[in-house]
Amino acid sequence: MRTTGTLSKALRGVGLLIAAQLTWIAAAAAQTPAPAEATPVNWHAVVMFIIFVAITLAITYWAAMRTKTATDFYAAGRGITGLQNGFAIAGDYMSAASFLGIAALVYFNGFYGLIFSVGWLVGWPVILFLIAERLRNLGKFTYADVASFRLKQGPVRTMAAIGSLIVVIWYLIGQAVGAGQLLHTLVPQISYRVSIVIIGALIIIYVTFGGMKATTWVQIIKALLLGGATLMAIGVMAHEGFSFNKLFSDAVAAHPKHIEIMQSVVPIGAKANPIESVSLGLTLMFGTAGLPHILMRFFTVADAKAARKSVLYGTCFIGYFYILTFIIGFGAIVLVANHPAYVVDVTKDVLNLKGGSSMPAVYLSHALGGDFFLGFIAAVAFATILAVVSGLTLAGASALSHDIYANVIMKGKSTEAQEVLVSKMCVVGLGILAVILGIMFEKQNVAYIVALTFSIAACANFPILLLAVFWRGLTTRGAVLGGYTGILGSIILLTIGPTVWTKVLNMGPAIFPYDFPTFVVLPAALIVAYVASVTDKSASAQKERAAFGPQMVRSETGLGAEVAVAH
Amino acid sequence: MTEPSVSNIENKPKNELSVSRIENNPKYHELVRSRDVLAWTLTALVLIIYFGFILMIAYAPGLLTQPISAGSVIPVGLPVGVGVILASVVLTAIYVTRANNTFDPLIQQIIQEASK
Repeated sequence: MRTTGTLSKALRGVGLLIAAQLTWIAAAAAQTPAPAEATPVNWHAVVMFIIFVAITLAITYWAAMRTKTATDFYAAGRGITGLQNGFAIAGDYMSAASFLGIAALVYFNGFYGLIFSVGWLVGWPVILFLIAERLRNLGKFTYADVASFRLKQGPVRTMAAIGSLIVVIWYLIGQAVGAGQLLHTLVPQISYRVSIVIIGALIIIYVTFGGMKATTWVQIIKALLLGGATLMAIGVMAHEGFSFNKLFSDAVAAHPKHIEIMQSVVPIGAKANPIESVSLGLTLMFGTAGLPHILMRFFTVADAKAARKSVLYGTCFIGYFYILTFIIGFGAIVLVANHPAYVVDVTKDVLNLKGGSSMPAVYLSHALGGDFFLGFIAAVAFATILAVVSGLTLAGASALSHDIYANVIMKGKSTEAQEVLVSKMCVVGLGILAVILGIMFEKQNVAYIVALTFSIAACANFPILLLAVFWRGLTTRGAVLGGYTGILGSIILLTIGPTVWTKVLNMGPAIFPYDFPTFVVLPAALIVAYVASVTDKSASAQKERAAFGPQMVRSETGLGAEVAVAH
Repeated sequence: MTEPSVSNIENKPKNELSVSRIENNPKYHELVRSRDVLAWTLTALVLIIYFGFILMIAYAPGLLTQPISAGSVIPVGLPVGVGVILASVVLTAIYVTRANNTFDPLIQQIIQEASK
């Protein structure tokens, strides 16, 4: 695979590349004070970026002083409270794609955007009811700990780690490309490449030095900053006389498609497709419950009770925020569309914004509160990217170090110090990989990335985790075959589906006519796991089934679960 | 918020003994049964609510896109969608309250009885 090759190369060249990065940043810094170009430097944004970075680096220093053991590094010593973890979950989950992305979906398509808000939220109750507490009771650092609890470590962890890494790496590409474009649009003096390098360097610093503690606090601060979006929604409602009727009527009047934005349940212009809608629903709901960087957050709290509370806090915050985003999207239709300062050419397309399609929320902040508010929201978006990428990088590094290195290659015989060292090397490697891929994918259409990551999470990670926890009959053979069915099925059907086959590869009409393959692959993964397990008559399979009883005692009562470390 | 955690009572050498004691404790089966009933009922509710919404989008979009009242531009689907979000939060809160009040004390008892 190309990614593995790049990764090993990246790992070998660690020192060299860090040096190269530092030179790049120095060069960027040297260029910034000479903005002789037409666009003036957005000082509000720059100052707020710098304040945010200074605060997070101070936190990283504080966290680094307190990060000594593997539990500190991967799981913040399990000392995060339920409320803190709730905010961190919100900070980890709401990527720039959901903050800027839902606002943009609403801006272009109206009501349709709400379907995504709903879909991205409904996974959370399922995580709480079925997964969160059991995950905390059974696992140590990664979700593979839980999937492989009573099964063969090597094959199951390898499968789970591959599932995690594909999700993490593709998610990283999406975030890196978005981050580079955003930073470059907001501060044009910093080029796309330099933007991505700055982000890569910051992530490597946060995660290698501060581990999960620094990552958690970056995510908490980011979630609190997102609260600033409340001001945007209030600003919109104040402009509309606090009347939803007026807001929606004005939006219908301002949008070129008028009343259609209230009546279309598919993207404006697309044909309604029932199976696609259902498949999208499945993908969003169960994909959330299979994202490795999200599942990892449950290992940072003291016990199952705190894990449970953190989902409630997180769900409240995410739900609140998605409703805000909906108001923000409609506010942008009223205040940003048709506005010559934001639109490329009002005579041609009143929606088409300078700087690309993710800008509606950003320009809305400018329309409401000028350069200062724009600077603030830009800094929030930047913080969002850093928070999500930190969580992803740490999750990817733990799959490599805790699952592959410590448990598959070293078979549990490595020391804690070795494992953490490998993990930090993987963080550096993944950070550099994200920068390289971010630059490679600059001009690519990255819209399919969300579909890919959520599909694999929904079709491989989630069903195997669920079966491992709830079904006595699951054996190693079932978990491995079911898991690979989910991973390969998603990749193959996405590749021959409309987004990749037709739009990215330009190969003509898609062989598999649906964007989201979950409605086929999720049942297939479950069936394969079931059949492969029940037909497994081996002695080891018998032992695995017998081990379900003790696993269930631990999963239900927390007896023997990993304890919090006292500091 | 550092409440005493049930997992702190972990006792390695007695662990296997405790497991079989717990498996023979009727309270444990009571815990598993009542938690399973609650968790799967709530999961079913979320699935029904959400896929009800999704199936309406898929097969009866007209229901969701009609205006909430004559002369209004707001479609019925808007309050319905917001309702799905609020229902998710409410169901989550119901589970957490029930778990805090009934399951946690039960788990404490089970662990204590097993480590006697």
